[in-house]
Formats: sequence, C-alpha cells, structure tokens
Amino acid sequence: MRPLLFLAFASAWNRRTTLGLMAISIGLSVMLLLGVEQLRTQARESFSQSISGTDLVVGARTSPIQLMLYAVFRLGDATHNIRWSSYQTISQHPSVSWSVPISLGDSHRGFAVIGTTTDYFEYFRYADRRLLAFSSGKPFVDIFDAVVGADVAQQLGYQLGDSIILNHGAGGMGLSDHADKPFRVSGILKRTGLSVDRSVHISLEAIEAIHLDWQGGAPMPGLSIPAEYVRKFDLAPKEITAIFIGLKSRAGVFQMQRYINQYKTEPLLAVLPGVALDELWSVVSIVEKSLLAISALVVGVGLSGLVAVVLAGLGERRRELAVLRSVGAGPGVVFMLLAIEGLMVVVAGSLIGLSGLMVLSMFATPILETHLGISLATWTLSAESWKLLLIVMATGFLVSLIPGYRAYRISLADGLTPRL
Amino acid sequence: MSQTVIDIQNLLFQWPGREGFRLSIPNFQVDRGERVFLQGASGSGKSTLLSLLGGVLVPQQGRLQVLDTDLTRMTSSERDRFRVDHVGLLFQQFNLVPYLSVRENVILPCRFSQRRRGRALESADSLELSADRLLGQLGLDSTYAQQRVTSLSVGQQQRVAAARSLMGHPDLIIADEPTSALDADRQSEFLNVLLGRCNEEGVTLIFVSHDQRLAHHFNRSINLSELCSFNAGPV
Ligand SMILES: Nc1ncnc2c1ncn2[C@@H]1O[C@H](COP(=O)(O)OP(=O)(O)OP(=O)(O)O)[C@@H](O)[C@H]1O
Ligand SMILES: [Mg+2]
Repeated sequence: MRPLLFLAFASAWNRRTTLGLMAISIGLSVMLLLGVEQLRTQARESFSQSISGTDLVVGARTSPIQLMLYAVFRLGDATHNIRWSSYQTISQHPSVSWSVPISLGDSHRGFAVIGTTTDYFEYFRYADRRLLAFSSGKPFVDIFDAVVGADVAQQLGYQLGDSIILNHGAGGMGLSDHADKPFRVSGILKRTGLSVDRSVHISLEAIEAIHLDWQGGAPMPGLSIPAEYVRKFDLAPKEITAIFIGLKSRAGVFQMQRYINQYKTEPLLAVLPGVALDELWSVVSIVEKSLLAISALVVGVGLSGLVAVVLAGLGERRRELAVLRSVGAGPGVVFMLLAIEGLMVVVAGSLIGLSGLMVLSMFATPILETHLGISLATWTLSAESWKLLLIVMATGFLVSLIPGYRAYRISLADGLTPRL
Repeated sequence: MSQTVIDIQNLLFQWPGREGFRLSIPNFQVDRGERVFLQGASGSGKSTLLSLLGGVLVPQQGRLQVLDTDLTRMTSSERDRFRVDHVGLLFQQFNLVPYLSVRENVILPCRFSQRRRGRALESADSLELSADRLLGQLGLDSTYAQQRVTSLSVGQQQRVAAARSLMGHPDLIIADEPTSALDADRQSEFLNVLLGRCNEEGVTLIFVSHDQRLAHHFNRSINLSELCSFNAGPV
C-alpha cells in the first residue's frame, strides 16, 4: 500500500496542472451543489419558522397560499378586507383563546407597514414558539408610535424617538405620502430572520388616523386633517386584512375552521398555517428541486471530465505502466494506482468546493439577508449536505474505477512491452 | 539450490488468437553465473521468450522452471511477486518512470519486494545509499541522484535502468536489446559496466541483441533458431 500511495502522489504531482484544473472544476461544481443544498435547507427552515403557535390564519376568501403570502410573508396584496364586526364576532367565539388582527397596505420606504394591536407582541410566535422581543423601547402607546423591525432600524439607521413618514400603498414613489402625520419610533425589535424584521408596526387606530382624509386610495381634495385633531375623530377600525387566532384547545381547530369558512355575513377563509406552509413549499420546491438537479448534473459533467482526462492520459502512460509491471507491480496495483489518482482529484475537488463555499458564504450572508430575507447565520453543513458530499466522493471513486479498469486491461495486454 | 537457473523442456507458446507464430523450445538450460547472448531474427520470438522467463506470459505446454520454481504452477500475482523478488529487467528504451527521480527509479523494485529491499540493506545502511553506490559504479555520480530522469541522455537513462535491474541483488537479469539506442562507444561502455557488475555479484544474465559484434563479451552465445524445434519462428 505504501509504494502505491507514494507512486500515486508522485504521478499526480507530475500532472498537477491538468489534474489541478480538473480538481478546480469539480470543486466549483461541488460548491454549486452544496450551495444550492444549503440555500434550500436554510430557505426551507426560515420558511417553516415563519409562524408558530398560531392555530388559524383568517382572511377574506382567496386561495390559502395567497393568504399566507400576504398575511405571513408580506408578499402581494389582499384583494378584500375583513369587516371589523366580523373580527369582533370571531374573536369572541368561546373556543378562541387569543386573536391578533392585522391591517396591511401601507409602506415605509419599501418596508411593509402593519397595523395591529399590542397583542401582536404578546401572542405572535415563530420558530420554536418564540415570542417577539424588543432590543430597545416598547410597544406603541400613542397613536403616532411605531415599532420597527431589526432590518428597518439597521438599514435606515433608526434610533428610538426618530420621526418617520409612511407612504400609501407599496410606496417609494413619494406621490402619496402621509407626510402630514409623522410617526415616532417607540420600539425596535430583535432580529428574527422573518418578515417581521422588515416591517413597521403601528396601531390599528393609527392606520385609521392617517387615512381619515383619504378616500379610495387618494387624499380627498380640499380636505386635510392635521395630526393634532385626529384624536377627536372616531378611530375605531372599520376593516382589517387578516387575523391570527390561537385556540383554547387544538382539538377544536377543524370545527373552528369550518365555522369561519361558512361565516354568513361575508366570505372568509381560515387556514391552518402548517398545512398551508407545506402547500406553499411544495410550489417553491419545484424550483428548488430543479436547481438541485441542475447542480447535480454539473457535478456529473465535472466527474465525466475527470474520467475523460485520466483516460486520455493513459495512452501516453502505457510505457510507465509496463515499467511498473517490470518492477513487480501487478495489474491490480496498476488498477489501484489509477483509481487512487481519480479519487485524489475528487477529494481535492470536494475540499476546494467546501472551502470555496465557506469563503463565499462569509461574503454572501449579509447580502442574502438584506435582499432575500433568508437568514444564513449558521453555515454549518446540514446532514443532507454531508450526504451529498459523500455521494459525490463515492461517485467520484466509482467513476475512477473506469480508468483503473482500462489501465488494468492495458497492462494485462501489454505485459512488459508497451504496444502503441 | 541447484546450479541450473533456467530449465526449459518441451515448451510451447502461442499468442492467443494468432495462428502464424509459435515458440517451441525442446530443451534449454542456463546455469548460475552464466552470461548468455541471445540473438535471432526480428519477430522470431526473443522478447516473447523473455516475457515467459519473466513470468508475464505462461506457456501452453512444457516445463518452465526459473530458479527451481515452476512458473507454470503459479498464479499471476505469485509470478508478479516472483519477478520482482528474483529478476531484474532491462529494455531497449523507456525503462524509467518519468515522474520519479533517478534515485527513486533505482529504488523502485525494493518498494515492491521485501526480499530485494532486505538484500539491498545487507550491504548499505539505507536504500538511498545502496542506489547511489550502484549509480556511482555505473558512472553516474551523486549529483544525478536527485535529478528527474527526463533530464538525462538516453545513455544515462539506460545506465539508471541497469542500476535498477541490479538493485537488491536479483538472481537473474533479463535484458532485451538494452544497447540498441546507444552509439557504438556507449554500447561497449555500457556493456562493460553491466557485465562487470554481474560478474562481481554473480548474477546470471540473459542478454538479447541483434548485434553480432557484441557476442564476444559473453561466455555463451546462442541463436534462438538453434533452440527452437524445426517448426518454430514465423511460418
Ligand atoms: N502482445 C502480443 N500479442 C500478439 N502477438 C504478439 C505480441 N507480441 C509479439 N507478438 C508476436 O509474436 C511474435 C514474436 O514477437 P517478439 O516480439 O517476441 O519478437 P522479437 O524476436 O523480440 O523481435 P524483435 O527482434 O523485432 O524485437 C511476432 O510475430 C509478434 O507479432
Ligand atoms: Mg523484441
């Protein structure tokens, strides 16, 4: 075994440029494969952690996936709202333990604005039933108080007490600002890795207040109610977008779901977040699986390149193999020599891929977090990734047997005198 | 151990699937310490015979004993082992592993054979010293030891190959036209050192060449056609 390894190393070192390039190309493909796998596990994880401890999510009747998208992920808009009276009825249902209404539609410099009650901070849970926590400040008390998520505070550099202006709709155009009613940052939330980080939370009354002088999505011409006077108006909410509900007993969940889905006054939809998340993920996972398949193909291309390179080199190595046989190396040794060479390249490639991924992730993590909201804080390789890596190496070893076998045949046929 | 190093009787060999050629040797013996010059027409089967002696090929019929060992009764891996333990091989050209240093090339048989390794260490403290000494005796001083073999001239390469075939004191050296790539001066110089070493170490040598002029260096000279029965050689 000793001479074998020594020879394999010496031989590989002799052809280090070719094999090195081969290792790099395998490394890149491994990096792609593991990168996709990591992204997909992380995405799936932050996905499944996005809501927890909520038994039902309720909205106006639409598809369950759409409801989840806007209520939980703040993606897209609700087409219809829920009447406040419906909310009150449902929240007073005997099996309801708690309920948190939310109202969406406004934004603040690209971040979603959500109107809710202070119950939100008490009942909304994520990951392993974790509650939202404040890194500074406290929930909103005054009408013009706002609680901002970690990303909002970080990216816009907000401190407690800063004054902020909300936009109507998706915002950003500056056309329809609520500039006349500035808010004050009363609290900043700790990072969660969820859409909460990218949200501004205000009270439902505040939502009413900034829309007092609006109608049908535009300011009413000639009417402007200054901030000082809004408290004189009735600020009780008239409509909300969605409700998070916790039940006294999980056993009653289907009964409650049916009750809401058959609600008479207006068409409503209640979904079990776990089920809906799975459904949503199965849509996403088509993309995710194809990505994985493509990167697996790329690894396949890399490995066949390796086989091609080693096989192509065999022709000019016939003499060398004959020499080795003349000094006592059996065809089996020749076989192993070539197989080990291939395996070395695969292992080197995997290491290159692995370390490349680590380096890349150090740079990519902040970018991914800000732009995609995917938290990649922990870059420990998942069990699945290790398995993939092992599969790559095992496949690499298996395909290395091809040039090994070829060399074995050659050295059997050539004996001591190489034929050209 | 008897005095007979090679004992061939009624040997028949044919390349599988090739009708035209058969090697048939009724009787051939070589004694310990003999230096045999073997010549023959191109394609007459000299290299084939050497491959048989080296245990790379096996005869279809007959007796083939090398150093009192019946090669026909061995498995192929036993023959590989036997070859490296007892036989030093030397070819016309390209005897060396291109990516190993001169010294590593010489040591190579000791990497595969405990016996050769043990024998090399009997007379030297390390394999490296043993290799360097042999190289020195063949006219390659220690400055060459670390060099890559590809930087040597063909004549020097052949001397490295000769050093390797002598390394670890094999019982038999089989050389297949090792001088044909050398010019006349180099040829006799090479032959002198090789024969000198074989003499000193008491190694039996089978030396194949086309070149009749070299025959006088040897104490026995034969033509393959004399060995073979009438129907041998190309038909
Ligand atoms: N690997 C092989 N497979 C099939 N036939 C072979 C093989 N090697 C040699 N032969 C055939 O065996 C015969 C003898 O070849 P060999 O190489 O032994 O001749 P030689 O006497 O060494 O010739 P030369 O002096 O040219 O080296 C030739 O007819 C050759 O074609
Ligand atoms: Mg020949």
